[in-house]
Amino acid sequence: MRKSIIKLENVWKIYRMGNVEVNALQGLTLDVKEGEFLAIMGPSGSGKSTAVNMIGCLDVPTKGKIRLDSYDISKLDESELAQIRGKKIGFIFQQFNLIPTLTALENIMLPMIFQGVSERERINRAAKLLELVGLGDRISHKPTELSGGQQQRVAIARALANNPEVVIADEPTGNLDSKTGANVLSFLQKLHDTENKTIVMVTHDANLAKVAERTEFLKDGRIVKSLNNKIGD
Amino acid sequence: MIKDYFKVGISNLLHRKMRSWLTMVGIFIGIAAVVGLISLGQGMKEAIGNVFLNIGADKLVIQAKSGLQFAGPPGSSAASNLTTHDMDVIRRVKGVDKVGARLIKPAKIEFNNEVKFYFAASMPDDEEGRELITEVNRYEPEAGRLLKKGDKFEAFIGNNVANKGLFKKKIELGNKIKINDVEFKVVGILKKSGNPQQDRVVIVPEDTLREVLKIDKKKVDVIAVNVQKGVDVNKVAEDIEKAMRRDRDLELGKEDFQVSTPQQILEVLDTILTMVEIVLIGIAAISLVVGGIGIANTMYTSVIERTKEIGVMKSVGAQNKDILLIFLIESGLLGLAGGAIGIALGIGLSKLVEFAAFKFLGTSLIKAFFPWYLIVGALLFSFLIGTMSGLLPARQAASLKPVDALRYE
Repeated sequence: MRKSIIKLENVWKIYRMGNVEVNALQGLTLDVKEGEFLAIMGPSGSGKSTAVNMIGCLDVPTKGKIRLDSYDISKLDESELAQIRGKKIGFIFQQFNLIPTLTALENIMLPMIFQGVSERERINRAAKLLELVGLGDRISHKPTELSGGQQQRVAIARALANNPEVVIADEPTGNLDSKTGANVLSFLQKLHDTENKTIVMVTHDANLAKVAERTEFLKDGRIVKSLNNKIGD
Repeated sequence: MIKDYFKVGISNLLHRKMRSWLTMVGIFIGIAAVVGLISLGQGMKEAIGNVFLNIGADKLVIQAKSGLQFAGPPGSSAASNLTTHDMDVIRRVKGVDKVGARLIKPAKIEFNNEVKFYFAASMPDDEEGRELITEVNRYEPEAGRLLKKGDKFEAFIGNNVANKGLFKKKIELGNKIKINDVEFKVVGILKKSGNPQQDRVVIVPEDTLREVLKIDKKKVDVIAVNVQKGVDVNKVAEDIEKAMRRDRDLELGKEDFQVSTPQQILEVLDTILTMVEIVLIGIAAISLVVGGIGIANTMYTSVIERTKEIGVMKSVGAQNKDILLIFLIESGLLGLAGGAIGIALGIGLSKLVEFAAFKFLGTSLIKAFFPWYLIVGALLFSFLIGTMSGLLPARQAASLKPVDALRYE
């Protein structure tokens, strides 16, 4: 049995939209194991993005407990959460979310600035990561000068900047055609297989979810079905 | 880390060049005005200080009291109530060395059929008085000579009267000028003093001036006193005041005359200049406030535009204080850059005023003066305005919740 890295226990998230209360999560319980590749599936509005934001410490629950390593996320303030995000978690978004005024290299260096990494070290690591995602020749290109697939690869490199334990990918192929999407996906798989990263991927595409070791199906803010794609563990 | 934030700030400002420029205009106009005014004000104080410095600390000036003592030439601003009798009173005061008096009156001055109204001043007819007045005013001939014993219809004139186009034709030694229709021969032209009043004066013997302008034999406008060596000037000034008060039967504080040392005159001038300066700088400062509001406005726009970017930075580990610093530095840079341009503009402006004043008014009293603390102070101040204006927008940026910011389109 692998060690658990993130554990959600009976997590509720209630938003107020005007006078209406929206229950995005209703008692979600989820255990992410170290080094596993987990897919979260569900229809839109099922709370999968909210769930993944909780896992990534971008948001705190209204009720319930989230444990990451020895931390209780629900008890930390914004600055402490930012520190944990910067060190332990890498994000990959559907919209790529690169900073348009910065070059590919500078975008990858950004997370390291907030961790106080020296400039020389930052440039070194960022260049290596660009090489890793196959964009070694695009160092000084701005995001607008890159294709969608290339931008997402820069985003992956940025997610790896501080060598995080967990990589969270929210619909990482949603804005890409199927070929580049497959390319990005195989990259995530490689990260999992060779670098032993824990990967949590949100998707609504059952074909993509097959790549993962485990798939959790969400509906109305709680898990309705679990599927183990690989026997073992 | 701070160094990186400066880099990020600069690259963001360069990315929006037009907006950055327009925002900075507000600051640089204000800073240019403030720097220009301070530099001219300081320069003027310095120049006036130099003029008075050479008069000597052993001189006193007595004149009629008036509200605007120093607005015009000494003695010209109030109807004088001083007489030759006062001179006798002063002469008897212990510590007084020499006493001299003079008349300073507006007069019709004519040269080459051109008529102007300027001040005519008198030179005492006795040797002691002539010496003293020459010393107090630092009269030095550039051409010709000053007045001497036996002169009657001779005159010497300020440098600007001769050369600066007060009259269309340049006045040369030996030329004739008329004061109230009486002819005088120009025997001397003074060196330029830098003091516009002195550079525009026409000086003739006292007795002649009394005749020409029909002035009472006893009346004088200004009395100058030289104090004996080694005697305390302030003590003598006090004693003169006391003696004149007793002579005129006046109570303390009700004097209709005034005894002043050059130091006092300088102080009064300094106070007036400082007041004028403060008022002008206050007005200029309003434009700085407006400039600051411009920066705040630009930064608010920037925060809204970059909401998603802020969300991304937070998701990759930026803490609230990092975001706060990034935006503060950016707005501070806007202020700083505006300030730097403003300083350059201000220096240019005051140099221009200095040049124009010399060229058209003929005064070297207006001098631009740029001490290092003015430059550094203005730079720091403009950076401060920038950061203060950016404080609220930056706090708004820092307090955004990462999930909300990321969702913003």
